[in-house]
Amino acid sequence: MIFALILGFVLLLIGIYGMLSQRNLIKIVIGFSIADTGVHIIIVAVGYLRNRTAPILDSAVSIKDAVNQVVDPIPSALVLTAIVIGLAVTALMLSFVVELVKKGNSLSIDKYQELKW
Amino acid sequence: MIKKIFVLLTMVGLFAVLYPLISHFEYSENLSELASKYVTGSVEDLKSQNVVTSVIVTYRGLDTLGEVTVLFLATAGIGFLLGKRKGKKRKSSELLQTTSSFLMGLIILFGVYIFTHGHLTPGGGFQGGVIIATAFLLLILTDVNMKINHTILQVVEAFSGAFYVGIGIVGLVLMIGFLNPEIIPLGKFGYLFSAGAIPIIYSLVGLKVGAELTNILDTMRGE
Repeated sequence: MIFALILGFVLLLIGIYGMLSQRNLIKIVIGFSIADTGVHIIIVAVGYLRNRTAPILDSAVSIKDAVNQVVDPIPSALVLTAIVIGLAVTALMLSFVVELVKKGNSLSIDKYQELKW
Repeated sequence: MIKKIFVLLTMVGLFAVLYPLISHFEYSENLSELASKYVTGSVEDLKSQNVVTSVIVTYRGLDTLGEVTVLFLATAGIGFLLGKRKGKKRKSSELLQTTSSFLMGLIILFGVYIFTHGHLTPGGGFQGGVIIATAFLLLILTDVNMKINHTILQVVEAFSGAFYVGIGIVGLVLMIGFLNPEIIPLGKFGYLFSAGAIPIIYSLVGLKVGAELTNILDTMRGE
């Protein structure tokens, strides 16, 4: 699972680079989405243990020995809610973009200088 | 030019900060003490098959309440920013309309199945809610001019949120702790009616997430 960790790491860096270097508002949101996915993959990969199965104690896992047969349930639980929250936050950012374009008539972030220092 | 250099410097800095995460990464052979406690506790104290669900709904129930609140705030923000939009659009074909009205019920049923079985199988309130929202997305794609009754959505959302907090407060009144699922009998391990209040709480979360995401889709389609 070290590959998953590297993949998440690469996605995170690509996403942050996209957010910093792109001027198009929609592309910045896409960069955020990619970084978000990268973070999810990193968290899940950190909770992985070798040769173990999902933390669902059905017939595939003996209940008595469950502690030695399942992966860490906490990272999965964290990522599960984070995915839905990420979806809602992305939607909120896109609606910000829609409002900005309506007011300023441009998708480029350089046109919006009100909050620039 | 100077901007590009700053971006590059930030990326190099981030890489330097994050690189030890990979280079020093070691597989642990055993679960941490906390995780083992959750796994054994899920069987013995909560009688819930899905450990992830026990963590989300019970052990970190307050977190989940917070996450649902964040979701609500995001939905409220979108509704505030994007108001009502007018403008008629062309209707879709007969084929798409017939198929989507046929699939609609099945998809909602599947969503309900996912969140009522959250303590037994991979699934739960968040996933089931998203599946229910996809049913409404299909409906909106079929007929863009269709009206979705906002009163029903708001009532579903408000009541599921209120009941969620209410279940937590019942636990406080009985003095067994906020959001403790043992307010109703735990039942038998591995059955649909087991794990106390966990299926009820997760169903409420599912209804709330479904109503909120449908609301988001409905507000955004006018754009």
